[in-house]
Amino acid sequence: MSIILDHVSHIYNPGTTFEKRALDDISLVIPDGEFIGLIGHTGSGKSTLIQHLNGLLKPSSGNIFFNGQSIFDNDFKMKDLRREVGLVFQYPEYQLFEVSVIKDVLFGPNNLGMKTLDAEVAAYAALKSVGIDESLLDVSPLDLSGGQKRRVAIAGVLAMKPKVLVLDEPAAGLDPLGRREILDTIANIRKEQNITVILVSHSMEDVAQYVERIIVMNKGKIAMDDTPQEVYSHDEELQAMGLDIPEITRLFLRLKKEGYRLPTDVFTVDQAYEAMMK
Amino acid sequence: MIRFENAVFEYIRRDDEGNVEGITRALDDVSVHIKRGEFVAVLGANGSGKSTFAKHINGLLVPEEGKVFVGGLDTSDDNNLLKIRQMAGMVFQNPDNQIIAQTVEEDVAFGPENMGVPTDEMQQRVDEALEKVGLIAEKDNSPNRLSGGQKQRVAIAGVLAMKPECIIFDESTAMLDPAGRKEVIATAHELNKNNNITVILITHYMNEAMGADRILVMDHGKIVMDGTPRQIFSKPEEIRKYKLEVPEITELAYRLHKAGAPMPAFVLDEDEFMEAIRSAKAAGALS
Repeated sequence: MSIILDHVSHIYNPGTTFEKRALDDISLVIPDGEFIGLIGHTGSGKSTLIQHLNGLLKPSSGNIFFNGQSIFDNDFKMKDLRREVGLVFQYPEYQLFEVSVIKDVLFGPNNLGMKTLDAEVAAYAALKSVGIDESLLDVSPLDLSGGQKRRVAIAGVLAMKPKVLVLDEPAAGLDPLGRREILDTIANIRKEQNITVILVSHSMEDVAQYVERIIVMNKGKIAMDDTPQEVYSHDEELQAMGLDIPEITRLFLRLKKEGYRLPTDVFTVDQAYEAMMK
Repeated sequence: MIRFENAVFEYIRRDDEGNVEGITRALDDVSVHIKRGEFVAVLGANGSGKSTFAKHINGLLVPEEGKVFVGGLDTSDDNNLLKIRQMAGMVFQNPDNQIIAQTVEEDVAFGPENMGVPTDEMQQRVDEALEKVGLIAEKDNSPNRLSGGQKQRVAIAGVLAMKPECIIFDESTAMLDPAGRKEVIATAHELNKNNNITVILITHYMNEAMGADRILVMDHGKIVMDGTPRQIFSKPEEIRKYKLEVPEITELAYRLHKAGAPMPAFVLDEDEFMEAIRSAKAAGALS
């Protein structure tokens, strides 16, 4: 499902003293199957933007097209949009509420009116893709570890079979291994199901090795929209926006400045090791 | 300042009927001594017992076996609790859950007000605390309009207004963006250096621990490593066993060293890495 944002602005509390322009003339094309990192500091407009992607918010001005159809069309089906664009909020494990893992994951598909059997198949498949073992299906979600809870919450969205998956800080609050595992899982899901994935994060390091395109937001505008390599070459601009480039990339930029001939598309320790051992 | 003596704490899980289903030992015979003025980072995987450890320092939890002493006071004696909570303040993870008042000033005043500090002294305490975290200009503003990093600094000021000897940061940077994280860590270091406040920093970000005097690594309720950042992070294999990672630049140097490149086995940060590269070049070992 392709998404086009055409000069989208969003203003909170218009006409009051609390008026705030959270999105300022955003134009974007998100083609099918892309893996995108959406980066920006707190308050940069990231959350407002993603809420436009599944119709939770509508633009104050401008237009959004899903598969070519305008969100303002009379026959636009908001319910279909919510099914096709799955949103995983920050700390989604706080939204688990059912008595068992499987019931929690079934809630979404049931709510969409999927047939019982279809819903169950979708729920099992979703739990499998996030690496939750079958032995946990009847366990209360409250008895799982933090990382497992988060996986179950993500499965709840996946079970609705979205074509676009948007995740807000999916790795926040997890230990280093947990962070890597959840991001690897998301990368696998994207590869296997060939869906569009938008990863929202503060952390360049987390997204660097996964995504093919980085959109940087600052003060409600799109400050950069390019490949990771291109984005990270603007080290100083990013710092001025309160963002960081991956430690390893920064090291390589510094080595390059001192005259060493090294590549700059290096984001991970593995890549750095290989480049330096050449 | 803080002494754990064979402390044990267990969480008991029960089923719907209240029968015991299982027991998690969140602190398993922990003994450790933290000196006044130390900056101690506590690392460990989710569920390793870090937060339980932290909650024992200001008496939110009391060990089931063994003892915890803060400033010489036994945390299991209820008569000591007020004094202990004044001495050891805590800054939590979610900035929004810690803000309660209409203005920054009122928020910072909440703690001392509760303690019955007289009004004129309180004004002075609040101003001093806000001065120290660099937010005196925001005094009359609503805390809701501040950034995440600033909100956490308001929470720190709230602790400072109690005149503590120790501040515990329980994953206080987890929800912040990179700039906010730097603000909070820098503030922790300043308070440690300029005011001799003991800092216990619990974090999942390895590079935040690099500036500490000492690192404790926890695993399954035990302290499994205890040493300087240099001692801890020069053992990447052991660190990984506990689901942690070595900061990337340190890891890169270690792997280059192992492969026979002219690199020391341990570099602390980017500057030390560059230093090592330069001296390797000067020695003619690098082209």
